[in-house]
Amino acid sequence: MDNRGLSQFSQHGDPRPNQPPGDAAKTGLSPSAPPAPLRPSYTRVAYTFLRNSLVRDMTFRANFLIDTISSMVWVLMNLGFYVLIFEYTPMIGAGTGWGKYQFFLFLGTTLIINSLTRGLFLANAIELSEHIRNGTLDFILLKPIDTQFLVSLGRIEWSALGPLGFGLVLMLHSFGQLGYAPGPVTVVLYVFYLACGCAIYYSLMIAMSSTAIWFGRNRSLLDFWFYITNFSRYPMEIYRGPWGDPLRWTFTFLVPVLVAVNIPARMLVRPLDVRTAADWTLPVFTIVATLAGLAVSRWVFQRALLSYRSASS
Amino acid sequence: MITRPATYWTVLFISLQERLVYRGEFAMSTLMRFLPIITQIFLWQAIFSAIEVERGSETIAGYTFHGMIAYYLLTTISRAFSSMPGLASGIARDIRDGTVKKFLIQPIDMVSFLLVRRLAHKLVYYMVALGPFALVFFLFRGFFEGWPEPHVFAGFVLSLLLAFLLGFFLEATLGMIGFWFLEVTSLMFVYMLLNFFFSGHMFPIDLLPGIWGDLVRLLPLQYLAYFPAAVFLGRVSGPALAAGLATQFAWVVFFAVAARVAFHFGVRRYSGFGG
Repeated sequence: MDNRGLSQFSQHGDPRPNQPPGDAAKTGLSPSAPPAPLRPSYTRVAYTFLRNSLVRDMTFRANFLIDTISSMVWVLMNLGFYVLIFEYTPMIGAGTGWGKYQFFLFLGTTLIINSLTRGLFLANAIELSEHIRNGTLDFILLKPIDTQFLVSLGRIEWSALGPLGFGLVLMLHSFGQLGYAPGPVTVVLYVFYLACGCAIYYSLMIAMSSTAIWFGRNRSLLDFWFYITNFSRYPMEIYRGPWGDPLRWTFTFLVPVLVAVNIPARMLVRPLDVRTAADWTLPVFTIVATLAGLAVSRWVFQRALLSYRSASS
Repeated sequence: MITRPATYWTVLFISLQERLVYRGEFAMSTLMRFLPIITQIFLWQAIFSAIEVERGSETIAGYTFHGMIAYYLLTTISRAFSSMPGLASGIARDIRDGTVKKFLIQPIDMVSFLLVRRLAHKLVYYMVALGPFALVFFLFRGFFEGWPEPHVFAGFVLSLLLAFLLGFFLEATLGMIGFWFLEVTSLMFVYMLLNFFFSGHMFPIDLLPGIWGDLVRLLPLQYLAYFPAAVFLGRVSGPALAAGLATQFAWVVFFAVAARVAFHFGVRRYSGFGG
């Protein structure tokens, strides 16, 4: 099904963005010199990926519609569970401030970050492990563009837009119920930390999928992804006590998935109001964690590539 | 089409051997399966702490915090019996790619063959999963009030065995839909979601208020996860226990017949392509 979609694009001859015509001339190298380093335009390639994926999704419209509907059913059922919980309790955790609509702001943030990372990267991460198993990674390595970039964004799932839109609507509704609108500074901080959250998730995903080079196959990637993000689905305040504290510490500082959703969501619920040291340490830490996550995952990816042995070719 | 019992023994034996090859993967995935429960424990702890402070109450729909966690742990046992990974989608795939032809030629009944194979799959799973399950239940023993009465425990075991049969025949029937629709993946996904929410896997179904609770109690799904756990916790006892087990048995019979009827009519409209 997918292959049909792909071959269709190649027949139509999409613009090849990775080799703009006058590139060699611009760099000032004569034709006899060693091959000029190609400088593909990453934004144009990314735009092409977005467009191609949309064309592919629209080619198989029924499939796209079913994907969207089933992911929305999942989202609605989850929402139903939380509505049910708030039938019984006014708050998640005594004194934490996560009442119904505060929590729905949290849930909206979870939905946005999850659908962005799923839509942009998850299919690619799973495909990477298949590329490694089949040896088709060879063709990706040959392309004159950063391998990690190509591997991460090749295929974008537009059906993830459904839950994303739902998350936004849920957040607008919650603001309405709370009778409060965030100021411009809060919105800017929120968007910034949303991007940090996505980057943290992405780092984890790409690092995990590139381990397939060592293990040959990584079938449980999807399961593992579900289990890891399962910890970040709730406000970090719920992890307390003799077992909860070490757990919160681990998933904040060692594998920083807890800050991915918690920090942006807190920006909305408790707009940055620096009163205690704890109010700014975590937001600052999140920036550090994002940068470290991106750096470490790139390192893991490149280390893994060094061990790539090109299967079955 | 009469098959000698010895044939099924051979199928069982071969499937056991086949399954034991993957015991390492089995044990790992069993332990992983308990990870979401950790989040559930903290979530419910937070909820119960809030209702205690804000409303001075210690129970939700009759569940204490410990009762709630014991419930979630018990549903993992129910699910170990009733979940049938890959059964329906496997049947649908066999229909689509023509593998189903072999059951039309060979003197063996497809539903029985699959049941025996699934039995082997489950037996190996219990052998391998016993360790991880014992470990987890030992660690979390504090959430339980002790062993139930022998007759309650007998009811629990019976409901688990029926949950296995119900899960098998329900999914087998769903798989037969493949005779009418070539692509059933999305249908399976919707079933999986419904199952997750309305079998009691995500929350005890007695939390559902009013009409919603009544509707869900009419579905057979509750017998896949909720019912055995409720029996163990003593939430269903006396005549209600007998009635519940009888209803569960009736659903087993219903789907056992439905699977065969669907197969019978499905084969009539089946056309095999390719070789």
